[in-house]
Amino acid sequence: MVKRFLYSQKVAPYVFVLPFILVFLLFWVYPLGSSVGMSFQKITLGQSASWVGFANYAKLMGDGIFLKAVMNSVVYMVLTIVILVPFPMLFAVLINSKWMWAREFFKSAFFLPALTSVVVAGTIFRLMFGEMDTSLINSFLGLFGIEPIKFLKGQTTGFIALLALATWRWTGVNMLYFLSGLKNIPEDYYEAASIDGASSFQKFTRITVPMLKPTTIYVITISIYAGLAMFIESMMLWNGNNSPKNIGLTIVGYLYRQGIEKSDMGYAASVGIVLLVVAMAINLAQLAFTGMFKKED
Amino acid sequence: MSRNLPKKIVLIAFFAVVCAIVLVPFYAIALGSFKPGKELVRNGLNLSFDLSVMSFDNFSFLFTGDHSYFTWFFNSVLLTVVQVALTLFVSSFVAYGFAAYEFKGKNFLFICVLLIMMVPFEILLLPLYKLTYDLGLMNSYSAIILPGLANAATVFFFRQYLRSIPNEIITAGRVDGASEYGIYFRLILPVMKPAFAAMGILNGMNSWNNLLWPFMVLSDENKYTLPIGLKTLLTPYGNNYDLLIVGSFFSILPIFALFVAFQKYFIDGMTAGSVKG
Repeated sequence: MVKRFLYSQKVAPYVFVLPFILVFLLFWVYPLGSSVGMSFQKITLGQSASWVGFANYAKLMGDGIFLKAVMNSVVYMVLTIVILVPFPMLFAVLINSKWMWAREFFKSAFFLPALTSVVVAGTIFRLMFGEMDTSLINSFLGLFGIEPIKFLKGQTTGFIALLALATWRWTGVNMLYFLSGLKNIPEDYYEAASIDGASSFQKFTRITVPMLKPTTIYVITISIYAGLAMFIESMMLWNGNNSPKNIGLTIVGYLYRQGIEKSDMGYAASVGIVLLVVAMAINLAQLAFTGMFKKED
Repeated sequence: MSRNLPKKIVLIAFFAVVCAIVLVPFYAIALGSFKPGKELVRNGLNLSFDLSVMSFDNFSFLFTGDHSYFTWFFNSVLLTVVQVALTLFVSSFVAYGFAAYEFKGKNFLFICVLLIMMVPFEILLLPLYKLTYDLGLMNSYSAIILPGLANAATVFFFRQYLRSIPNEIITAGRVDGASEYGIYFRLILPVMKPAFAAMGILNGMNSWNNLLWPFMVLSDENKYTLPIGLKTLLTPYGNNYDLLIVGSFFSILPIFALFVAFQKYFIDGMTAGSVKG
């Protein structure tokens, strides 16, 4: 009887999606709800919590280090988008051009950095951006007579190292996204443009860029998410969550510092909620601005 | 033909330069793995090919020395294999439900799938940490595997893939008297192989390289995964660099080997998310 019930065509779909419902409720809805709850509490692991209203949020607004972390994350996100959209797009177009040789080789080579873990990549970049005159970047700059730079001690130079790491790891991946987007542009468009006497540059700006819009939106969306949630890169580059003057501190880094290192879970939860709101707001604004909602009918 | 030759040369030269820049860090760490840790702390990572300081000492320490590197290595292999196998199975099971049936609440549930893909996992770190603590799952692999079982991106990809499979397969299965689950196990699973390969690789890469969450829940050194283990070698005193650099270098090799063998699937898996449905 039970077997016939479970095997009926009406019940089967629910059995199929049941694992998702369980995981969703237990590991997303419940934690998200408890995160919201925790953000209104003073709480320490293993002890009873007390309600404190908006105290955590009020404290956040006046917390200079938190604002610094937000600033860092937002700047990092914006700069990764500025770098990791146009260059991979350009590379994809060039690699796709009919004059290109050894396409597969270059695609694979550019993809290799994405295979390394942040731990390994961060360690490599930390040592390459070392402050000694013999470390890779400084010895390269030395060829042009530039004095050794203490990259990881300054705000701007620290961000250069951070962005170099992100660019190295993600250029190839984003290029692949754009390459798969290019496949969807019909060849006739370019032929028609050629007949009308369009230059290569005109074809790029009038056909390629507009036709790549869905891919661009996708890349920007994942960059917003990844940029705002960045933490491990900074942790590896500065060998810990304590960069000098918090030059590498991010929102998630601050959440981790407050929640795990200082065990102030309530305050950390409010940091998480702010991150959630900021991420959702930026993403929805971006999708509205780029007209994504209009296209989906 | 010859008119285009300069264009070709400029293009190739440009890509060769960019490619060299991309490969420099790999070359640097490969060189570094032959240098003593002290040398790396003193001089940083660089491209000097100085045979007088280079030796196979780090490699012999890696393979014969007294450390937990290979415990971490096999933990990572085990965790990656188990995690990928379970995630693929559960996610495809769920995706089949979404793809093959019309049922009440389907749209709402599918919006939940999309929503998960938009919420940064990091904001759930603390409540998940607390939940793991309350469930007594601290320091266990279950704490790492369970939250990702029905992976949203994987479910989404499988569901898109399944929509391209003709309905006749399902109808024919029913006519032949197969149960709803029999259809999934005997008719659908076999045709999903390419999708499994792409998602297996994507999930495998993520699992192999995953650091933050495992780092938070695992405290027993013998249970560490490779990224956690390598990270613990990074003490402020820099006394473990012999093992750190050679170990980092060696950890790249298996995934490179897999990449060379299954290149096409890697690229399919990585770009799968951008396919519009």
